[in-house]
Amino acid sequence: MKIAVCVKHVPEGAKRIDPETKRLDRSGEGALNPFDAHAVEEALRLKADTGEGEVVLVSLGPAKAQDALRKALAMGADRAVLVTDDAASGSDLVATSRVLAQVLARQNADLVLFGQQGNDSDGAVLWAAVADRLRLPMVSQAAEVTRADGSLRVKRQTEFGYDVIEAPLPAVVGVSDAINEPRYPSLKGIMGAKSKPQETLSLQDVDVSADTVGESGSKTEVLELKTPPSRGASRKIEDDGNAAQAIVDFLTEKRLI
Amino acid sequence: MATLVFLEHHGDELLKGGLGVLSKAASIGDEAAGVVVGSGVGALADVAGEFGAARVYVADAPELEAPLPQPRVDVLARIVEETNADAVLFANSVLAADTAAGLAARLDAGLNWDLVDIARRDGKLIGTRPALQDSIYADVGWTSTPQLALIRTGSFDPAATGGSAEVVDVDVRLEDFSTTARMIEQAHEESEGPSIEDADVVVAGGRGLGGPENFTLVEELAKALGGAVGATRAVVDAGWYPYSTQVGQTGRTVSPKLYVACGVSGAIQHKVGMQGSGVIVAINKDPHAPIFEFADLGVVGDIHQVVPKLTELVTQRKSG
Ligand SMILES: Cc1cc2nc3c(=O)[nH]c(=O)nc-3n(C[C@H](O)[C@H](O)[C@H](O)COP(=O)(O)OP(=O)(O)OC[C@H]3O[C@@H](n4cnc5c(N)ncnc54)[C@H](O)[C@@H]3O)c2cc1C
Ligand SMILES: Nc1ncnc2c1ncn2[C@@H]1O[C@H](COP(=O)(O)O)[C@@H](O)[C@H]1O
Repeated sequence: MKIAVCVKHVPEGAKRIDPETKRLDRSGEGALNPFDAHAVEEALRLKADTGEGEVVLVSLGPAKAQDALRKALAMGADRAVLVTDDAASGSDLVATSRVLAQVLARQNADLVLFGQQGNDSDGAVLWAAVADRLRLPMVSQAAEVTRADGSLRVKRQTEFGYDVIEAPLPAVVGVSDAINEPRYPSLKGIMGAKSKPQETLSLQDVDVSADTVGESGSKTEVLELKTPPSRGASRKIEDDGNAAQAIVDFLTEKRLI
Repeated sequence: MATLVFLEHHGDELLKGGLGVLSKAASIGDEAAGVVVGSGVGALADVAGEFGAARVYVADAPELEAPLPQPRVDVLARIVEETNADAVLFANSVLAADTAAGLAARLDAGLNWDLVDIARRDGKLIGTRPALQDSIYADVGWTSTPQLALIRTGSFDPAATGGSAEVVDVDVRLEDFSTTARMIEQAHEESEGPSIEDADVVVAGGRGLGGPENFTLVEELAKALGGAVGATRAVVDAGWYPYSTQVGQTGRTVSPKLYVACGVSGAIQHKVGMQGSGVIVAINKDPHAPIFEFADLGVVGDIHQVVPKLTELVTQRKSG
């Protein structure tokens, strides 16, 4: 089974929005979006299950995103395709989904997996946009994925409990962060990752015209940054062995015990 | 401005979230129309009229019975096309988020998500979007129509105004690929035991517990405090604790006097279910965990150290 996994490079550590561009500051160090490690793990599991096929990483992001992709290659993915282009920066949902769909259409995978959410965007929506562009069935919030002859069974959580949905392959699935425990790359995996193919493509390479992505192709805009409503005083303490007592004192002060 | 509001239903009831968004849209002066999609849902249209809908579009077909997003994209795309609607608003849910994003791609329309407010300024629709763990707010807009938005759970309360809506039947035509995913088993979770919504104290456990066996730590603390046990989606999905105890966007909304979070990171989807709590205490070993942004008392420490001691001290105090 050929599986494509959409993974994102996200800024590491404290995040900030640049007041000038009103965009997330992506200039510092980056990492693999932690939610996407679960999608990679699930892909590796499904590939092992069928005993053949490949796991391809697909990403849109800055050139340095290749470092984040290498982490997923070290976990065991076979190769990576990164679209990077200055014209694509600032892409919103419509624009990002356009680029990814274009890349994915060429990969022709049996299954496209997404992580639960970008830890910088909390969107948890991209799979649905990509699936619509690819005209493929889609299931999100997958807590469990099982394969049966040419189709997938997905257990998903909604506001009412768990549903079971069946979709024929090829399909698009967004996984929950509890679907598995992602493996840590082994030393061998880390060494091996260095020689795995990492392709970098421009917008032109994937036949996307620059004016349909980036800021010009996006249909949403950030107008103004504001201070959130204040949430009252909060205290933070480090446990030095006396934290339990400190909590009891606090609860007593608040008349909660 | 002609605004469509997606009205999700479960069983034979329209969900409060959608009705709240409908009331809000009507209150900012939009000509708000509801959209009801399902099988045998005609009767629901009347309810929408009472909450501010001037008109309700009803798409009623057997293929629309299961709450799956892709056929709903087909239906909404068609209504938008026929009505030239300026905006389509959704109260956030698993179904609504997937439907909204699919529609955004279909129509090449902008989607702003997680909005906590909407307003019209000089006729222009503006949304309020918290970002970076709610540490900053942004005013967001759209550069084209239709303008699509997902509203954060609990942002608007429904206001019954007692009107009545004109009902318009929608001709249902679905794309081939939209109906290939099939519902095999649909959730109808009956909650067992006392509901955590009524508890004065909720002690919640997250993935930081490390395994289902460690939930006893949380149970014992809850017992000492005279409270109920809550859980995050991560541990419910992993099968460590039952769905009926899940707090958050896809679980329960609780507002106890005291909420104690043990090994919970504090993701937005968890926060929306417990931010109304009187006092929030968090124990987490990661000093950068988002939960510390909104806890009244944050303890950076290991739950295995802190929680048993806390249980002991609370028990002592109560008996002493
Ligand atoms: C559509 C959608 C709906 C969702 N609905 C919900 C919902 O209703 N409810 C919900 O909860 N989530 C929901 N989520 C998931 C949410 O985004 C988070 O993934 C989830 O809340 C994380 O659960 P957690 O805090 O238990 O796990 P993690 O995020 O993994 O956090 C575990 C925390 O434990 C800490 N920790 C680890 N070990 C220790 C230790 N020994 N001592 C102290 N601390 C420790 C870690 O530092 C970490 O902060 C939803 C997501 C989506 C996309
Ligand atoms: N730029 C990107 N490139 C590749 N995949 C992405 C990108 N952005 C988001 N994703 C994928 O989409 C999922 C949901 O992202 P979001 O909807 O932004 O929260 C992530 O977990 C990734 O799997």
